[in-house]
Amino acid sequence: MLGVALLVFREVLEAALIVTVVFAATRGVPRRGMFVSAGIVLGVGGAVLVALGAGFIAAMASGAGQDIFNAGVLLSAVAMIGWHVVWMSVHGRELTQKMRALGGAVRIGSSSLAVLLAVVALAVLREGSEIVLFLYGMAAGGIGAAGLAAGIALGLGGGVLVGIALYFGLLRIPLAHFFGVTNGLLMLLAAGLASSAAGFLVQSNLLPTWGNQLWDTSWLLSNGSLAGRTLGVLIGYQASPEGIQIAFYVATLLLLLAGVRWQRRHLPAQ
Amino acid sequence: MKFSAPIVAMLVLAGGGPAAAGIPEYALVIKNHVYQPNELKVAAGTKFKIRITNLDATPEEFESTDFNREMVVLPNSSIVVYVGPLHAGSYGFFGDFHRQTAEGRLIAQ
Repeated sequence: MLGVALLVFREVLEAALIVTVVFAATRGVPRRGMFVSAGIVLGVGGAVLVALGAGFIAAMASGAGQDIFNAGVLLSAVAMIGWHVVWMSVHGRELTQKMRALGGAVRIGSSSLAVLLAVVALAVLREGSEIVLFLYGMAAGGIGAAGLAAGIALGLGGGVLVGIALYFGLLRIPLAHFFGVTNGLLMLLAAGLASSAAGFLVQSNLLPTWGNQLWDTSWLLSNGSLAGRTLGVLIGYQASPEGIQIAFYVATLLLLLAGVRWQRRHLPAQ
Repeated sequence: MKFSAPIVAMLVLAGGGPAAAGIPEYALVIKNHVYQPNELKVAAGTKFKIRITNLDATPEEFESTDFNREMVVLPNSSIVVYVGPLHAGSYGFFGDFHRQTAEGRLIAQ
């Protein structure tokens, strides 16, 4: 049961951190709760489909299918988050003003709801498909239904709790700086996801490493530790990164910053 | 423990040697949620690949947080993971779906 709880917790935590940051970044947008729920439902459904089709995915592209699929999911999330970051760089101020004036409810940002839905669905799908494969193995291995259910409940509950704690932590940021901070967090999150995508493609030899183990900070914070995993999701922390991962990370940040500058110059807020 | 012919062949392959592509290939087998061998000597300073074959009836995930790799290995199938070049040293890997039993180390030298 403990093994089930720990694995479910690790995977749920990763999805929960992403969902939380995106959810915070769409603060004040009406109906976002419904869209997050829909994203989770879609993600869980997708996770089951991906797990069922795991054999098919694994066999694609002469064995590189899993890595291409994972990289594709991650880069889609990067694109969605990037689009939201650029959009928010102008509309964030507008949103802040309206939230102050109307006390929260703002008729703005139906497009950011679509981003919210898609990113949540992708994050849940990716981590969820691993959970489904794992649970299938556990069930086939003869673990009792009670142990399985207790493990899932503990792991899921723990992961969601961390997400909720992060959310209320973020809410303590003063409104004047709120969207600036969440936008910065989204940029780092997107850069980290892009770096992970590069890692998957290197694993199948589809990208060069451009230098392996460029430095090693695992003595300070290892990738396997809870803090290491958390920072890995939130800011793309890697104890011993490959050169290509750093290139993807920096390129994503630069692209987003350029997009924000371009947006501010060409499409000033009304 | 009884080994069938394919497992013996793979364990022999585990000794290493350049594959057709010029990238050395090593082999790991998962059986009863245990890696065989659980210690794999690899060449430091060169890129190599590991073929991981899962002989169990349940999926496993080959994972290492020391050399940053993770890939699902479905029942009765195999995957290839490219690793390195690594500095000389000892690197842990595990099976994320059966952590208590599926553990091993790469020794790069």
